[in-house]
Amino acid sequence: MTTTNTPAGQIPQTVPQFSSTFDAYTLSEIRRAAATGIYDIRGGGTKRKLPHFDDLLFLGASISRYPLEGYREKCGTDVVLGTRFAKKPIHLKIPVTIAGMSFGALSANAKEALGRGASIAGTSTTTGDGGMTPEERGQSQTLIYQYLPSRYGMNPDDLRKADAIEVVIGQGAKPGGGGMLLGQKISPRVAAMRCLPQGIDQRSACRHPDWTGPDDLEIKILELREITDWEKPIYVKVGATRPYYDVALAVKAGADVVVLDGMQGGTAATQEVFIEHVGIPILAAIRPAVQALQDLGMHRKVQLIVSGGIRNGADVAKALALGADAVAIGTAALVALGDNDPRHEEEYRKLGTTAGAYDDWHEGRDPAGITTQDPALAARLDPVQAGRRLANYLSVMTMEAQVIARACGKSHLHNLEPEDLTALTLEAAAMAQVPLAGTGWIPGKTF
Amino acid sequence: MCGIVGLLVKTPALREQLGELMVPMMIGMTERGPDSAGLAVFTAPLPAGRRKISVFAGYLEDADRYDWQALVDALNRDLDAHAEVAARGRHAIVSFAIAADAVRNWIADYQPLLKVFSTGRSIDLYKDIGTPAEVAARYGFAGFKGTHLVGHTRMATESAVTPDRAHPFTAGEDFCLVHNGSLSNPNGIRRMLAPHGIRFDTDNDTEAATRFLEWRLREGDELKEALQKGFEVLDGFYTFLMGTPTELALIRDPFACKPAVVAETDDYVAIASEFRSLAHLPGVNHAHVFEPAPEEMYVWKA
Amino acid sequence: MESVNFDLAATPLREVNHYLHHQAPARAGQQVRIDNPNGAHAIAAGLNAPLDVVIEGHAGYYAAGMNQHATVTINGSAGTGVAENMMSGKVHVKGFASNAAGATAHGGLLLIDGDAGLRCAISLKGANVVVGGSVGSFSAFMAQAGNLVVLGDAGEALGDSLYEARIFVRGTVKSLGADCEEKPMGEAERAILADLLQQAGHADVDPASFKLYGSARTLYNFHVDNAGAY
Repeated sequence: MTTTNTPAGQIPQTVPQFSSTFDAYTLSEIRRAAATGIYDIRGGGTKRKLPHFDDLLFLGASISRYPLEGYREKCGTDVVLGTRFAKKPIHLKIPVTIAGMSFGALSANAKEALGRGASIAGTSTTTGDGGMTPEERGQSQTLIYQYLPSRYGMNPDDLRKADAIEVVIGQGAKPGGGGMLLGQKISPRVAAMRCLPQGIDQRSACRHPDWTGPDDLEIKILELREITDWEKPIYVKVGATRPYYDVALAVKAGADVVVLDGMQGGTAATQEVFIEHVGIPILAAIRPAVQALQDLGMHRKVQLIVSGGIRNGADVAKALALGADAVAIGTAALVALGDNDPRHEEEYRKLGTTAGAYDDWHEGRDPAGITTQDPALAARLDPVQAGRRLANYLSVMTMEAQVIARACGKSHLHNLEPEDLTALTLEAAAMAQVPLAGTGWIPGKTF
Repeated sequence: MCGIVGLLVKTPALREQLGELMVPMMIGMTERGPDSAGLAVFTAPLPAGRRKISVFAGYLEDADRYDWQALVDALNRDLDAHAEVAARGRHAIVSFAIAADAVRNWIADYQPLLKVFSTGRSIDLYKDIGTPAEVAARYGFAGFKGTHLVGHTRMATESAVTPDRAHPFTAGEDFCLVHNGSLSNPNGIRRMLAPHGIRFDTDNDTEAATRFLEWRLREGDELKEALQKGFEVLDGFYTFLMGTPTELALIRDPFACKPAVVAETDDYVAIASEFRSLAHLPGVNHAHVFEPAPEEMYVWKA
Repeated sequence: MESVNFDLAATPLREVNHYLHHQAPARAGQQVRIDNPNGAHAIAAGLNAPLDVVIEGHAGYYAAGMNQHATVTINGSAGTGVAENMMSGKVHVKGFASNAAGATAHGGLLLIDGDAGLRCAISLKGANVVVGGSVGSFSAFMAQAGNLVVLGDAGEALGDSLYEARIFVRGTVKSLGADCEEKPMGEAERAILADLLQQAGHADVDPASFKLYGSARTLYNFHVDNAGAY
């Protein structure tokens, strides 16, 4: 607070005051919209402050329960996905998977690095809207093939090469919306894979072209199973909006695994208004999803993967404690590869941004060489080194989750349960349905 | 999301086999609608002074042994209704010679947990949770006779799996509707209808559509006019199949996102969400098989 | 011709498809006939060899889905998504086809003798689709590459948000979708059309009786004055 001395005889002036409603960002956005006539498009996930896992704490063991010794006593981390119908379920060493990110949105080197890192760590990677590249298939021990509304690059040869198929209904950044890849990133290779001319904007569809609704989805899943001889697990991915209904319907339609992406989940490029105003945080989505599985007698039989803002082992442990079987990371994996690294600060400044805030992924000028198709920029990312960084990061996340689980006396991450958690805030207590710290009170559940 | 079936027999001899022909149609729609199933059959109308209601006791304990005769005896004693009952376990058709509203109000006092699923002179309605095969067996659908019927199998989207949220839905007298799809503005429709004194039994989107169309019919619209207003007001995805004592009617939204197939011969018109529910019908290989166009109104006379 | 018959009323679909995927490719020249399809779904989906498959009756959803190399003939109607995402080969529907016929197909030839429903050739990615009858609304929606030939009429919003696919229509078009326009038919396009008519058994039909529709390309890169078309 600045105070000024008002000379005698003059009327005191108030200091200039900015509106909370029309803050500096809002003003700049109105001016930008007025100048260009197009909504703001960007990459990444929501930037607003949301109720998140930070508002939950674990109740470590003390006298009433005993902890396990770190490093010496076993604490399992493996997970099996797709045990319901598939002949060949997915076995992963850690419950942290890599979310779908397209070749097109990402460079081939970035996709290769994701595959390398995930394979070292013993987990899976996922294709994206744009098909499967030989680089990622070659480097990914376990590769999940996304089946998307656009069907860019979709072909049965790759379907048969995949280890599992993920039918994408929606994603957390834009539930109900389609994809968008602006012309700048449509290189000859990307264009050829998607059967489109170079350099044009791609507005991919928001609905699948050949089915609508869960009753038809069931038939689509049957077709995918028939094509692949009932070998591969079928995942169904939804953006978090009405998780109870959507998870129940995915199960009824025959999913082996449900992927639930909260609104913190990233995207290659979408309208800012979509990213910030549609969907619900993952914290609020897990319990209704798990409830749906439990009501159908399918919890742990149809596995649940959750994503959207997972950053560290504590987030992993909290998601699992709330009932998920595994998590998926996207944004965090890109950061591990080198996205938004301060060593490129000078170049971020030239793009009108700063390290940590760069989100114009659709423009394809990523100094880190990750969200680009520019050959010179893409060449900056060494897929071997970047893959190693991702593997290190996945290892740290897993060890962190184990530290917490052991402290709660668990010999496997999957034995974490909601009763191991307590909430710091009323909203987290209500959304995660765990008691407010120091009380037995769960808003809406107990009195 | 759901499976729809409809059957209208043109040859009087086939009226005896109406239910028998229909049951495999409904079972064919099990994957589309595993949660619950329902059926409305239109029979020869009761004499002008009589009405019948379909009453469901499934919310009571020991529903399968519900004492329907005691209900009718009490009804006759209290209201001199000249009531009769035909019971099938937890469902019963109660007919009477007084105003239907009086009977419905009396039942609400007599046993609040009883549900009245339909009212009219022609319609008999049965619906319950369970697979189509279970529900059909529970109420003996295969033995049903009549001129035409409307059936449904349900995969619940946003409202709970309960008997009263199963389809068909009814409104007014002798009008029922089944729906495959989901509406995106059902709450607005409800708020629009409420000032007209229209009340709702469930939170289901299909009930909003049913009550909207029945309200238009009651206001004097011909069926086609009412359906045209439906196209203007109802937003979302739908294939609707509707029944009246003399007609079956079918419409699909402009996007025709939800399927429908019709097979027509000299003997019958059969409608289903998918051909697999029609494949067993006699002579279907020589039937005129077609898909109804979006935004067209198809009306078949019984 | 040597042939093997399956009766879907007696043999589970999974066994039939497994045979088509794993045993049939070794038996070149053999025809596989499938009786009593009765509207079953995903019949002959995922074929990956030059097989000759005949379906004797009405097929359900996704018949011959993702076909590669095979020739599949349906002596009846086809449900939603027949030959969806076909890569190569030929699928011939003798009756009518439901919605989304040939959706996202990358290659091969889809022939439909009767009418096709809505969204025929939606998001087409390079295949050829020839419809003897009419097509429903939103056909060739966002079609990217390939050719849709319609001997009858087309419904509303034909070719909405079209990319580089060509649409040939002989009858009337109820309305064109955003960014779809009639184009002059040059020699190259006429030759493509004549060849497709020949392949489809419509050699007697005059290519000059068709009109060609394609992308106006005004939506290829965003411009504020076109915002209403999105």
